[in-house]
This record gives sequence, C-alpha cells and structure tokens, in this order.
Amino acid sequence: MGILEVKNVGKRFGGLQALGDVNLSIAENSVHAIIGPNGAGKSTLLNCLVGKLIPDTGSVMFDGQSVLGRKPYEINQMGISRVFQTPEIFGDLSVMENMMIPCFAKRDGSFKPNVFINMLKDREIVERAEHMLEEMNMSDKRHMHAASMSRGDKRRLEIGMCLSQEPRLLLLDEPTAGMARADTNNTIDLLKQIKEERNITIAIIEHDMHVVFSLAERITVLAQGTPLVEDTPDNIKGHPKVREAYLGETQEAA
Amino acid sequence: MFGLEKKDARLLILVAVLVAFAPFILNPFPEGSGLAQFNAGYPDLMQRFVIFGIFAIGFNILFGLTGYLSFGHAAFLGVGSYAAMWMMKLLTMNVIPGIVVSVIVAGVFSLAVGWISLRRSGIYFSILTLAFAQMSYSLAYSVLTPLTGGETGLQPKITDPRILDAALAPGATPKANLFGLEMGSSVELGMGSWLFTFNAGYYVAAIVMLVAFYMSIRIFRSPFGMMLRAVKSNQQRLNYTGLNTKPYTLAAFVISGMYAGLAGGLMVAMDTQVGAERMFWTASGEVVLMTILGGVGTLIGPVLGAGAIKYMENILSKINSDILHTWFAFLPDGLEDFVVTLIYPFIGKGWHLTLGLIFMAVVIFLPGGLVEGGQKIAKLFKRKSPVDDSPDGKTTPAE
Repeated sequence: MGILEVKNVGKRFGGLQALGDVNLSIAENSVHAIIGPNGAGKSTLLNCLVGKLIPDTGSVMFDGQSVLGRKPYEINQMGISRVFQTPEIFGDLSVMENMMIPCFAKRDGSFKPNVFINMLKDREIVERAEHMLEEMNMSDKRHMHAASMSRGDKRRLEIGMCLSQEPRLLLLDEPTAGMARADTNNTIDLLKQIKEERNITIAIIEHDMHVVFSLAERITVLAQGTPLVEDTPDNIKGHPKVREAYLGETQEAA
Repeated sequence: MFGLEKKDARLLILVAVLVAFAPFILNPFPEGSGLAQFNAGYPDLMQRFVIFGIFAIGFNILFGLTGYLSFGHAAFLGVGSYAAMWMMKLLTMNVIPGIVVSVIVAGVFSLAVGWISLRRSGIYFSILTLAFAQMSYSLAYSVLTPLTGGETGLQPKITDPRILDAALAPGATPKANLFGLEMGSSVELGMGSWLFTFNAGYYVAAIVMLVAFYMSIRIFRSPFGMMLRAVKSNQQRLNYTGLNTKPYTLAAFVISGMYAGLAGGLMVAMDTQVGAERMFWTASGEVVLMTILGGVGTLIGPVLGAGAIKYMENILSKINSDILHTWFAFLPDGLEDFVVTLIYPFIGKGWHLTLGLIFMAVVIFLPGGLVEGGQKIAKLFKRKSPVDDSPDGKTTPAE
C-alpha cells in the first residue's frame, strides 16, 4: 500500500480522453518518476492529484484519505506540496518573505487574520525561515526581490518553500524545464540531497531522461492517457514497448 | 513605539507633526497678499484633506496590497454618511455614535458586496463593484428616498427626535459636536499679517486619521498584510501553499470598506448634510486617482495623493481670468492677454485638465507615485548604498 494510491482515474476533455484508466501506486519514501511523450496526460494526472482538476472516474487516496473534491489549499494542508513547471514564487516579495509565507501556512493553517502582530517579531517563523534559507544556501539572497533571481535560484527557492512545510509527498512538474545545464545539475544534486536527508516521497514528472535516470527509483511510463509499464529505471531502459512508444527518439536527443 | 519598527514610527511621528501644525504649514502666505489664494489652511479644506486621506488609506489596503481594483468604494463612503446622519437625527448630535455606526454599517455592506464581487477577479471584479456602487446611487435617488432624502439629501432638522439630546433652545439649530465641543468652532490666531485658524472639527478628524494611519501601518507589517501582498503577487502559489485566499481578500475588502465608512461618517460630522452624489462613480474614481497619484501600496502615498487632488480641486479651480490678469499685469498688453489665454484652460473649471496631465506624467515617469518622486529626490541628496533598499512594501515599486 503506497502513500499515494491512484485507482482507475479517467478524465475527459470534450472529445479527448486525456486519461484513460490510470492505476498508480507510489511507495512511501521513494522517488517515483512519471514519464511519457507530449500529450500523454502527465500534467492532467498531476492536476488531478493536487485538486486543480477533478477526475471523471476513479479515486485518488493520499495516506488513506481521498483527495477528490478538496481544494488545492486543503490538499496542501494534508501534506502534498507541488513544484510547478515554471517556478511559482511571490515575485514582488523578498526571498525571506517568500520563505516566511509557507512557514506561517504550516503553523497557522489556511486563514488567520493576525493583523496586530509584527511579522518580523514572530521569532519562531523568522528562525524557521532563516534555517530553511540556510539549508537552501540562499541566506545571502534573503533581501533580494524574488523576481530578480535567476531561474535556477527561483526553482531552489520554490523547492525550499515546499520543503519548509515538511510535506510527506513532494510533486515536481518538470523541475528542470527551460534550465541551463548547470542549473539542471544543481537541481538534481539538490533533489538527491533532499532525498537522503528527509523522510519524503517524491513524485516527479520529467522530460529530461538525464534527470529521470539520476533520481528515480521507480518509473511509470504514460502513453495516450494510460500507464504503459511501471518498473525500475534499469528495466525501463531496455523495455521494448517503452523504446517504441517514447524512449527511442528522446534517447538520441539527450 | 506602539509596536512599530523605528522607520515606521518615525513616519507616523512625522505625519502627526505635519497634521498638528497643518494650519501653519498650509497658510504660508500673509493675508491680503497676491499669493494668499494659495493658502489651504482653512478648516473646510483641511478637514477634506484628512477625511479623503482616510478614504485613500483604506482603499490602498485593498488595492495596494491585494491588487483588487474596486471601482465602487464611494458606495461605502455614502452608506457610512447616511448611517452617521441617521444617528444624528435619531440619537444625538454628538459625533461619536454616528462615526461608530457608520463604520459598522459600511462594514456590513462591504461584506455583502465583497462576498459577491470577489467571486471574480481582474476587470470583472472592478465592474461588479462599479455596478454595486451605481446601483446604490440610483436606489438612494429613487426608491430609498424615505431613507436617503432622495435628491434633497438629508440634513438634521429641528424636529428630529434626537432621544439622547436635551431639547434645543428656541431658535437654535442642531450642530454637530463632540461632548459639547462644536465641530464648526474655531480659534483664530493672528500673527502680523498672517491669520491661522484652528478648527475643532479638523483636529477631531486629524486624530481619527492618525489612528487610521497607525492601523494601516500595523496591517502592512503584519503576516496578514504579507499574505495580502502575496495574493497580489501570485494567487496560485498561495493556494498551493495551503492558504485559502478568499477570506484574506474578503477581509481586506471589508477593512477598506470600513475605512470608507469612517470617512463618510466624518464628512457628516464636519458638514452635516449628505446627498446621493457622494456615491456617484466619479467619487469612486477619485479615490483610485488619489491612491495611484500618491503611490499604490505605499504607506503615506494615498494621503499625499488625497492632499494633492483636494488641493488642486479647491485652489486651482478658484483662480479665474481676473486673477491671472493681475498676475501678468507687468507684461505688455498684447503679451499679457496671450499668456493669460494660454494658461486659462488649465485653471478654474479647467483644473481637471491640469490634474489629468499631472496624473499622466506621474503614471509614465513615476509609476511609484509621488512617494517614488520623493525617494528619488531624497536619493539625490544622500547617496545611500543600494543594500538599504530592502523590498519591504514601502520601497517596493507598484506594478
């Protein structure tokens, strides 16, 4: 029984069957990659997990509780954090403030009208945020405008923000998309380090095979809205069906 | 001080000092001199400065922090005014109940409007609020006439019940007061050819404004205020960070509605009459202009913007062609007429043209409003290290 159990999930957009009949089980404390060609339904599946979309059929259970019908903020409060394809951070705010917001959300819940507290005097939150920035090696950037950072730093901040909430499941949607090689490698190292240091389950959707094979312990291959195979990276590499559907062309590209 | 950071406390003290000495500061020119018409230190106008300052401070909590542009805030101002007026008719001419009730009524009304309008964002939100405000305006003029007095508006009458007040002396008219201190009463101080007026109503409004300003600083610096800025910056991330944005935006909407109601209540306290035109959409637009002119999302900007617009509205609009002729009398006849003709469209009734030009110049060259202008000037005088410019809400330029 995995921490995330996806059973018979289907989603249709008008005439397009985006997800057919997806069954997926992600084991606790593993790194599970979901790969597949464009249009395979990876992002749709992810959106069904975080409450952005509600599947037409099937069930999604996180730690024994259904996530279906819950709002994204409720699902986050259950312990699922999501990293987006383009880093979603608070660009107008400073790096420190960016880090303080998830700390507040983790401690105070989804809404707290604490109007008469000076946020900088909240030692617990400030220390927590400073600690997280240190872990992310971003302490020197704490006063920077988040929008003015490089893409790699934004990604690092976004991951740090997610981790500050101590999620049990971290969902990453193409975390290295549009990144320079150096930034990609930094991100891989960061994720490896997270994996080693924390009790956390990571589900990753990725195009870049280099990233997938450096990180994943299990891989699910999606094609045309249904899982084709699920196996270890070594077996996936040699799997004839996968080569045919997907890997053949991208391995040459990568 | 009062739980504020040093920088904010200094700002609050500065504003308090400016407000306390406004009768001097705004009357720099001696009576009877040619420049005396630029004096703004008369009670009526000073009251308007601080009251519209409150209105704009409140508006900025919604627009400056969350980025939700309400085009119907005058409705809350109007509702607050009517509520305060009814308190004066039914209870007492003391301004306290009126002001308190105006805040409460505007808060309840804004809760209802916000509940519905905040289902949409962006332009649709603006249009929904505009629709509500225009609806309130039309209703106040028509079917709600028994409550609002329709076209004639409401004034306190001698025959009103006023259950808490003693009966009026024969021939006396009801006057707004604070425990006997009449809002209209003034003390005049003549110094040489200067005349300074200290008006009770102005100081009451000024104290309320300082409290309102203090509260807005606290909101800006609180976690709540940071969440509101986060709403403006990235709602998606906020949702996926486990925060429900709806109550935050609604709370901001209600708070700013209450500020508007407070301003409306004070208006009635200073000048005991109210009409539906107070809710007209141009009044809603005016507060948007004030906030943007002063600096969206800055602490002091809205107050500056309110002051600038009210100053122009009352001073610039009073200059007529005769005054221009006396100014340029030193020029040869033909040239004098030419210069006067050139300037004339920008003054008197044409003051809107000047306002428009200034507004455009500010939006294009100083997107951070007058506050950004002030910061640029301050930077010219002292070259600070860029490290000091931490993005802390006050120095963050508005989008």
